[in-house]
This record gives sequence, C-alpha cells and structure tokens, in this order.
Amino acid sequence: MKIYIEKTDEYKEVEASTVKELLEKLKINPTTILVTKNNELVTEEEKLTNKDEIKILSVISGG
Amino acid sequence: MVCKNCREKPVIKLTNSNISLCKNCYIKYFEKKVKKTISDYKLIEKNDNIAIACSGGKDSTVLLYLIKKIIKGRKDIKITALAIDEGIHNYRDKSLEFLKAFCKKHEIELKIFSYKEEFSKTLDEILKTYKGIPCSICGVLRRYLLNKKSKELEATKLATGHNLDDESQSIIMNMFKNNIKMSARLGPITGIIKDERFIPRIKPLYFLTEKEVATYAFLKGFMDKFNECPNSPYSYRGYVRDMLNSLESKYPGTKHAIITSFLEIMPLLKNHYKKDQDAIKSCSLCNEPCSQEICKTCQYIENVIKA
Repeated sequence: MKIYIEKTDEYKEVEASTVKELLEKLKINPTTILVTKNNELVTEEEKLTNKDEIKILSVISGG
Repeated sequence: MVCKNCREKPVIKLTNSNISLCKNCYIKYFEKKVKKTISDYKLIEKNDNIAIACSGGKDSTVLLYLIKKIIKGRKDIKITALAIDEGIHNYRDKSLEFLKAFCKKHEIELKIFSYKEEFSKTLDEILKTYKGIPCSICGVLRRYLLNKKSKELEATKLATGHNLDDESQSIIMNMFKNNIKMSARLGPITGIIKDERFIPRIKPLYFLTEKEVATYAFLKGFMDKFNECPNSPYSYRGYVRDMLNSLESKYPGTKHAIITSFLEIMPLLKNHYKKDQDAIKSCSLCNEPCSQEICKTCQYIENVIKA
C-alpha cells in the first residue's frame, strides 16, 4: 500500500497488515508520530488494507 | 481494542497506563488533566493577568485555546497572546499567520515582537555570522524578550506550552551537563523565590506528552501537520529528545518516570539553591536579571549581533 510520510514529504510503498507492523518496517518510532487512516487517527493495533489512505505525521517541534 | 470508557473505536493508547481512548473520551481526559494541573499547582489565581507565550505551533495553540476555555466567565482574569517573531524564513512567518487567524477567530488579543525590531537583526541574519548552535542564542534572546515584554504588559504570569517531553529533556540535559542548579528552576510553576524581575512561568501542559498534545490539536481540528523548526535538529536537546524517545519506545513510561522522580526531589532542589537565587544581579546594561555583571543577551548583542 502507498504511505504518505509528511516529515519528508514522500510516498513509500509498504505491505503491512497493521499500523504496528507498518511502523516497524519503516523503522519509525511510534512515540514521535501520529498515524491517520482515511484521515482518522488510529492506534498501532489498527488493521490496514491496500485500499486505505495512510499518512504518518511527525509530532516533533521546537528547539 | 476498544475505548476503555465507552467501547468506541480508540484514537490513542496512553503509553503510561496502557489505556486506549476514543476521540470524545480522549478530549475529556486531556482537558481534565490540564485543569487538574492548574488546580493542583495553583497556576491560575484570582486577578491574574496572563501573558501566553505563543508561536502558532501545536503546544502553544492548545494552551491558548484551553486557558481561554478554562477562564471563560472569569472577569477578573485577563489573557494576552504574546508571540516572538525570531525571523526564521518559511517557518515562523507561516506559523504566525496561523496564530493571527487563530487569535482573531477566538477573540484573543495578540502582541507580536520581533528580533528585527528589538535586536536589529532576524535570527536568519544573525546565523549568517554566528557559527554556534542556533538554539543556544535563539533561546536566550527569546526568553529575554518574553520576560521583558510580559513585564511591560504587567503580566502576573507567563504561560508556556512546555509539555512532558520538553520537561523530561530539560531534566536529563541539566544532569548530563552537570548543571543540576538549573533544574531547581523547573517544575509546573518556575522560580525558586518570588522576585519581581522574573514573571513566574506556568506550564499547564506539564503532564501531557508531545504526542498527546499533537493528538488533541489534531482531534480539535487546529492543525493536521506539525512543523519542526529547521534549526532544531542541530541542538543538544535534539539528541536528548531522540534518546528519550528511543527509550520510551522500548520501555513505555520512561518519560513519566523521569518527571515523577524529579517532582519528588524538586522541593529539596529549590530549597538548596534558594541562596543562589538571592544573589541574582541586574544587568548593568539592560537591568534585566542575570548571574553576571552583563546578561547573556547583552553579551550576544555586543559580541555577535553588532559584530
């Protein structure tokens, strides 16, 4: 499935059945991001399909 | 996995308690926690005039919204949004546009002060010649202006959007740099003793993680992306932040544990460093409080900005 990574403004093609598996494959720390599925916030347990629109939003700010 | 309270679909799993919450229950949880922090630590009192440090980022936007909501109907309390325009092209200009619109929508008075007007140069211009860590000079200049402008506004408190991540990073940074004295100035309300040269800083988001604040901002529809300052990755804080996030991922609850254990020793630290606070001088150039003859801001103005 196609994943949008907001921090780097890029799309990646990844196969994963859950958000947890997706983040593990992308080596992204879950404490630093929010994940939306079809524009709704979801937890790491959420199941994914190829039809879903997935975005990964970095929550880091400040200096 | 369902919401612990109502069995709806969850939007977040709290790392500290392993509890999952749906959108409505999470918003209630978040707001209750902010109110409890304000109440437990007496962050807002009768007749307060609160300057709220705002940047247009998620933390200060959430803070602004919630303070306005919490004091609704209180005619004795005044709030003003106070923003500092450092002059960071393509970052601060955008966030301040958002902040202006947000304040207009929520009918909050906004005051913006800039490095360009106050120090004659923007941060971008300063960094053309200054080769140190950007956050070092920027942090000093920003804190100086926030304190100075809060006093000019006759504020009784300066509210900041510091969250649990910020505070746990500060505690660890002070420890790693053998600067534990600085930690005596931390906590939900800052300061060791009352000193009219310092406006007490209050941190209503103290017990909420960066991810929790972002979740609230997203669910309330304030913003759907969270921009990082372009200078932030070069800071020492950036390294400590990454280290703590890595630990948090492997050992959930690490950041909460740092805060909880710090709060246990905080009264001892404040008491221990009371004498040092008494020795705080006033800068011979600008009269702002400092530990040396000339404050760090005036040193930067003379040695970096005017150089």
